[in-house]
Amino acid sequence: MSSRKFSYKALARGLASIAVFLVLWEIGSRSKTWLGADIFTPLRELQGALGFKKTYLPWVGAVPAPTEVLQAWASVIVDPGYWQSWYKSSFRVAAGFIAAMLIGIPFGLSLAVSRTAYGIGFPVFEVLRPIPPLAWVPASIIFWPTQEMSIAFVTFLGAFYTIVINVVGGAKSIDGRYFQAAQSMGSSRADIFMRIILPGTLPSIAVGSAVGMGITWEVVVAAEMISGGGSQVGGTGGGGLGFFIWNSYVGGSYEQIVVGMISIGIAGFISSELLRSLGKYVTPWLRLR
Amino acid sequence: MSAQAMATAQKTRGAIRIDDVVKIYDPDGAAVMAVDHCSLDIEAGEICMIVGPSGCGKTTLLNAIAGFHEITSGQITLDGEVLCSAEKPKAEPGSDRIVVFQNGALFPWKTNLDNVSFGPLMQGRLTKAEVKEKALSMMADAGLSGVESNFPGEVSSGVRRRVEIVRALMNDPKVLLLDEPYRALDSLTKSVMHEALLEIYYKNKVTIFFITHDLEEAIFLGHKVAIMTSRPCKPKKVVMVDIPHPRDYGVLTSKRFRELIEETSEAVHEEAIKAFKAGEKEG
Repeated sequence: MSSRKFSYKALARGLASIAVFLVLWEIGSRSKTWLGADIFTPLRELQGALGFKKTYLPWVGAVPAPTEVLQAWASVIVDPGYWQSWYKSSFRVAAGFIAAMLIGIPFGLSLAVSRTAYGIGFPVFEVLRPIPPLAWVPASIIFWPTQEMSIAFVTFLGAFYTIVINVVGGAKSIDGRYFQAAQSMGSSRADIFMRIILPGTLPSIAVGSAVGMGITWEVVVAAEMISGGGSQVGGTGGGGLGFFIWNSYVGGSYEQIVVGMISIGIAGFISSELLRSLGKYVTPWLRLR
Repeated sequence: MSAQAMATAQKTRGAIRIDDVVKIYDPDGAAVMAVDHCSLDIEAGEICMIVGPSGCGKTTLLNAIAGFHEITSGQITLDGEVLCSAEKPKAEPGSDRIVVFQNGALFPWKTNLDNVSFGPLMQGRLTKAEVKEKALSMMADAGLSGVESNFPGEVSSGVRRRVEIVRALMNDPKVLLLDEPYRALDSLTKSVMHEALLEIYYKNKVTIFFITHDLEEAIFLGHKVAIMTSRPCKPKKVVMVDIPHPRDYGVLTSKRFRELIEETSEAVHEEAIKAFKAGEKEG
């Protein structure tokens, strides 16, 4: 997994995989019946013969073909509203995520280090944690003065729980011998925190952040769809990518739905990669195994 | 200070006296005696090998000296100063007693050099530049040139063990507490490590408290071999190894070495059987 060398073979394999996927999609979408044969026809006939109502499964034919999506993309790419959507969603993700790091890491560390903090903080945390971030949408719309803040808050929740859980778990699983060794060598409590607990927890922080980032994108898109939102800022841009998809659906532009979906895929991929490389950078001792 | 005066000064550093120590674990009302009225004298600069079956309570003794665990009664002194006693059951961990752990406790996030430099930097005894200089020269002495900037995870387990011993010695300890440090090593690496340890020991005379269950290792390395009883733990037989230091691997084939093995192996075997039967009962 952590091969350090860049491999052309792996790159070629990856590109081939994407190409095959696109070709299959294109064929499926264009031919409607998979090269002339609807594989479900016999099943439907059987249903009819047995006296049941014939059911029609959703089929790739209902989805716009990649070439159509590409065309739609080409026309959208010059629309500042599309880029505004990118900017809005990225901004919300960044705001929520950074807030989750800034609050989640110290909170998690204090839960791990202090029995008192754990006793007071953890029960509340555990009661709130199972509530899906999206269930917070209505409450946060009421609670926060602006819609922007309510979306950022929900995004924050998406990453917060994962980061805290990872920090607590990571800090608690640090080998007790490290503490004993550090103590014998004359470390103060502050030294132990800075030189043992913090670096010992870094790998878990990196993992928690990468997972949290993924959840952040899931949450922001859904929150944007629910809260709608572009209307007051003019154009579709103010609503972010989530609203871009929703708006395309309402407007009947199915190609644009797929454009929006793929855009989110790309955005999520880029942010995860960024975090992964950052995580590797701050934990060099794991990179070299 | 003259060389002679220095030699005497070193001789008075690191004498451990374990006096009638009892350790009773009382996790949930069911008192388990781990150490039973154990007394043992270790002279300054001596290599004392503690041999006993697994789980006999040897490590409990080590943890009491290091200050990681409490004792129930008795007293342990280092150079006449009380480390722990019935009144003060837990010793203060300190850089005069450094443990080299069974599976190693090098900090994985620090390079070998930073690991070795850790103690003196924490204690603030030397400047950063002095620490680095001392660390580099001690690593070179221990044959560890070239792995300074590697992380512990990048080098072999034998090298890691040596780095950890150097890290311990950087603290100028009076006593080195080794808890089966070579247990996980294969026998070839082990033999290399034994000679390396002796070499390091001849250069930095410290008292060594070395736990093992390997009798050959014990007799090869030790001035004194204490064979412990199976739980509860106390010395069953203390043997002085009269093979002169410096030793090398030639010792293993010597007549005296084989005689000492013969003299002691029965005692060790008896305890191993006792421990095995006790384990069967518990299981």
